[in-house]
Amino acid sequence: MAEEQRIVLRNYGKIDPLKIDDYIAQNGYKSLEKARAMDPKAVIDEVKKSNLRGRGGAGFNCGQKWSFAYQAQADEKYVVCNADEGEPGTYKDRLIMENDPHTLFEGMAICAHAIGAKKGYIYCRGEYPYIVEILKTAISQAKEKGVLGDFDIEVRSGAGAYVCGEETALIESLEGKRGEPRFKPPYPPSEGLWGKPTIVNNVETFANIPVIMDKGAEWFAAIGVPSYPGTKVVTLTGDVNNRTFFEVPTHTTIREVIYKLGGGTPGGKKFKAVQIGGTSGAFIPESQLDTPIAFDNMSAIGATLGSGAVFVLDETREIVDTVTRITGFFEHESCGKCAPCREGTARCAELMEKINAGLGSQKDLNLLEKLGRVMTYSCLCGLGQAAPTPALSTIKHFRADYEAKFI
Amino acid sequence: MDYLKVISDHADVPGGILQAFHAVQAGLGYLPKEVIAEAARVFKISTADAHGVASFYSMFSVNSRGKNVIRICESAPCHVAGAAEVVAALERELGIKMGESTANGLFALEFTECVGQCQATPVITVNGKPYLDVKPAQIPSIIAEYS
Amino acid sequence: MINLTIDGIQVSVPKGSTILQAAAQAGIRIPTLCWHPDQAVKANCRICVCEVEGNRLLQAACSTPVTDGMVVKTKTPKVIEARTMILELILANHPQDCLNCIRNQNCELQDLAAEYFIRDNPFENKTRGYELDRSTPSIVRDQNKCVLCRRCIDACSVTQSVYALGLENRGVSSMVVPTLGEPLIESPCVMCGQCIHACPVGAIYENEQIDELLAAIADPDKVVVTQIAPAVRVALGEEIGMKTGDLPMEVLVNGLRQVGFDYVLHTNFTADLTIIEEGNELLKRLKEGGTLPMFTSCSPGWINFCETFYPDLIDNLSTCKSPQQMFGALVKTYWAEKMNIDPGNIYSVSIMPCTAKKYEASRPEMCDSGYRDVDLVLTTREIGRLFRMSGIDFSKLAPSQFDPWMGQYTGAAVIFGATGGVMEAALRTVYEIVTEQELQDVNFRMVRGMEGIKEAEVDLNGTVVKVAVAHGLSNARKVMDQVRAGQCDYHFIEIMACPGGCIGGGGQPITKANAKRAERIDAIYIEDEGLPIRKSHNNPEVKMIYNELLHEPLGYKSHELLHTHYQFKNKKYL
Repeated sequence: MAEEQRIVLRNYGKIDPLKIDDYIAQNGYKSLEKARAMDPKAVIDEVKKSNLRGRGGAGFNCGQKWSFAYQAQADEKYVVCNADEGEPGTYKDRLIMENDPHTLFEGMAICAHAIGAKKGYIYCRGEYPYIVEILKTAISQAKEKGVLGDFDIEVRSGAGAYVCGEETALIESLEGKRGEPRFKPPYPPSEGLWGKPTIVNNVETFANIPVIMDKGAEWFAAIGVPSYPGTKVVTLTGDVNNRTFFEVPTHTTIREVIYKLGGGTPGGKKFKAVQIGGTSGAFIPESQLDTPIAFDNMSAIGATLGSGAVFVLDETREIVDTVTRITGFFEHESCGKCAPCREGTARCAELMEKINAGLGSQKDLNLLEKLGRVMTYSCLCGLGQAAPTPALSTIKHFRADYEAKFI
Repeated sequence: MDYLKVISDHADVPGGILQAFHAVQAGLGYLPKEVIAEAARVFKISTADAHGVASFYSMFSVNSRGKNVIRICESAPCHVAGAAEVVAALERELGIKMGESTANGLFALEFTECVGQCQATPVITVNGKPYLDVKPAQIPSIIAEYS
Repeated sequence: MINLTIDGIQVSVPKGSTILQAAAQAGIRIPTLCWHPDQAVKANCRICVCEVEGNRLLQAACSTPVTDGMVVKTKTPKVIEARTMILELILANHPQDCLNCIRNQNCELQDLAAEYFIRDNPFENKTRGYELDRSTPSIVRDQNKCVLCRRCIDACSVTQSVYALGLENRGVSSMVVPTLGEPLIESPCVMCGQCIHACPVGAIYENEQIDELLAAIADPDKVVVTQIAPAVRVALGEEIGMKTGDLPMEVLVNGLRQVGFDYVLHTNFTADLTIIEEGNELLKRLKEGGTLPMFTSCSPGWINFCETFYPDLIDNLSTCKSPQQMFGALVKTYWAEKMNIDPGNIYSVSIMPCTAKKYEASRPEMCDSGYRDVDLVLTTREIGRLFRMSGIDFSKLAPSQFDPWMGQYTGAAVIFGATGGVMEAALRTVYEIVTEQELQDVNFRMVRGMEGIKEAEVDLNGTVVKVAVAHGLSNARKVMDQVRAGQCDYHFIEIMACPGGCIGGGGQPITKANAKRAERIDAIYIEDEGLPIRKSHNNPEVKMIYNELLHEPLGYKSHELLHTHYQFKNKKYL
């Protein structure tokens, strides 16, 4: 039976986000206190043991990431929160920041203690100016209370660039540059912001940290799927009755999310496909709906968990038209640094438009598939590597929809 | 607005050129060349690089545009929720096409990608403020708020 | 050392090496496009991708450091498919006009297309419809051909610290543009042309003016006279299939006669003259408390740079015109009179390693002869094209001598072509003027070579002269900042805009690597050593012009014809 379990949204609706005392009354900042009494290495071990994996999309083991920054020798280290929530259909980070900003600060401060950082940044997308105000107010309250000690957090606004969700592009943007990804290695935990060791974690990742410190790694590791324990906040959009959000343990299946929590497709129409993880995610057919919304389980069916967006399409939707729009998104959001993404996203869009307009042929579809394949493994960053996924997954699962559009 | 002061207020913020651009744009509506050049000077980068930054981000405009910027989300969830009809209503109501500004300088129409209010699609924003579950019929009253 | 396997070949390379470097050591060439030997790694073209065992994604060879036990495969079907398609993508956005392109047969993209036998591009060819930027007299930009490798930006900003180029917009709309997207002439561009060398394709090139030369040659009323800069000979051979330095000067002279020049003279003559004027100017400033340090003034890219970025230091510039412009002023006065030719009929052409010289010749003040002093400036590359068109086999062409009065030169003039050369030539002369003794060893090796900033102290009979030499404008900037801050006690500073000096000029045969510049420098010093006279003041024709026209250095006639003044270039946006 699918049920919500609120960890990162534990205080949602229970506290006034602009009253730090509300947060403190919910045991807030106790975990930070606890962590600060521990050796940094022990904090990292605890996070490692919890097997918490990044909630931004890449799914890297959080404690392990921290340990790289911990080991790096430098006069300065940084903790950066990736709040550049740009995946269409996703607003989970907004929910956390809007309703419980201090849980984010506490998570960041614990990370800072663990790796030896004194300065933190929250890079919040430019589309959330009202969230920036909440964060700034909450930070000033935390400073007043002295709960963050000598850890300083600064909020920076993005300015409309999806690619800045990529951690090195985000770092470039923080440095005041064009938000273009860097080649890797070096990775940010060894060389990040201004060349210093930097941890970049997603809002949802940081929000898990206080709870892990409070209840222990073992408690956390036992929730959901063992390879990707904990919960995931999912946001439901498209043709689903309950267009809202849920926080569920990671063993919950897609089917449960759509039908049990989401209430199924409206108007008695049949389900057609669901795109998971945001606009770069794969479209999944009915036959794969029993997959748990956990990182490796999704990978196993050639999909990604990504940001946890759940975009449902019913039988009346034109898959090809929707994917055409998505390829337009990537053409617009490619930074243009690497050739296969710059040229490839534009050609994907061009081919999709041609097919969608009824002017395409099998030859175009073959070319699109080949182009998608090459982009997947040759682009510089995750944006270009993932951009063809919607097209490739729908060609795979809904080929007939494409063929029906041929000239 | 005294953009020189606005920019110099950010001078000590490392990498703060984006924040300075936001602040100037909030007052001027876009980023004139003089602003880009001044920001370059203050942040000790070349004007060519500052222009590269200003023209990279979709929320910054290096061209003059209408005072109230209306942005319509065209990402997939809004797309399937009927964003196209909202676009048509806006174009009709304002008498301009997407990407244009009204002759009286009051409004600019732009596309945007997802603004993170996907629980209530389609979504438009006016000067950053989101309007949810927008129906074409609501457009005249939304525009009236800013006229 | 790191041990790894590339295509089954065991290779051991120093820690920190990239796959690209390791492959080169194993004898495997991995194709590149954005990679440049003297620039930071960019990893943006993705042409160099390879398979690395254990990685799902292909890895860029240029940016990926090797690790112990790494297994790399550089030419699997997956790799070839990726490289081919990336090339198809780039080519589909590139004009298909190789035949009329200035970089035809000298283009990295064309080479790659041939190497991966791109035949039927599956993508529809779309060009971007940009207008050519012909706003400067020196450099043309064709954004339609730009492959966004960003090497020009690196050359302009990192190497030259001019920052006239940057990116605009993003994604498929992104483009390399001059400052604020304005025409190049509005930007702080100094027209040095280093971006041309950096460009792998035909997106940036010299303002080609061969047609104007051919029209002058065809005009029976015009007497077409040429001067050749010292750096031209060592590199020109590269354009006609010879090794660097192998084209003999006298054969070059005959080649120029063959293509239609009426008289062939040498900029080296005025280089020697420059040394007399500039050396005496330095001594005068030292003696009379003039503005010091004095900067050399023969590099027009450098002059533009100083006028743009350091207007407060304009008084430090030597007032001597560059050898090209001294020549221009004299050929239509002194030489015309000696030859009894109407200066109005003289068409004065200079052959230069330099793109900025095209601009310098067009400066309105450069008409002290009563005419435009230099009518046309052609780069080494343009003359190379003319030579190729001529059908001449230069290995069989007989030598020929320069024409009289302005064709003799010394080794001191020859070394003007290399960084440190003007300084060394000046020291050879100044030493003898001050000490009134013969300089035994004319080689001032401490000012030679590719090191960015060189300094030396020379004892002139008790007077110690401190000198510095900088080449490449980012090195110049470092020195200038010190001068501006009053943090150095140099008396004389030589600055050349281009890395390596004129041999690396923007008009030279396309030079991707600094290693080639070093080769040309070697050829310059070999030529110097082989000449009987190696001090400017011993040039017989220079002595003659002082006897007949100038009478004394810095005299009345010199000021009229050989010296100039500078102006603040008030660029709106730097």
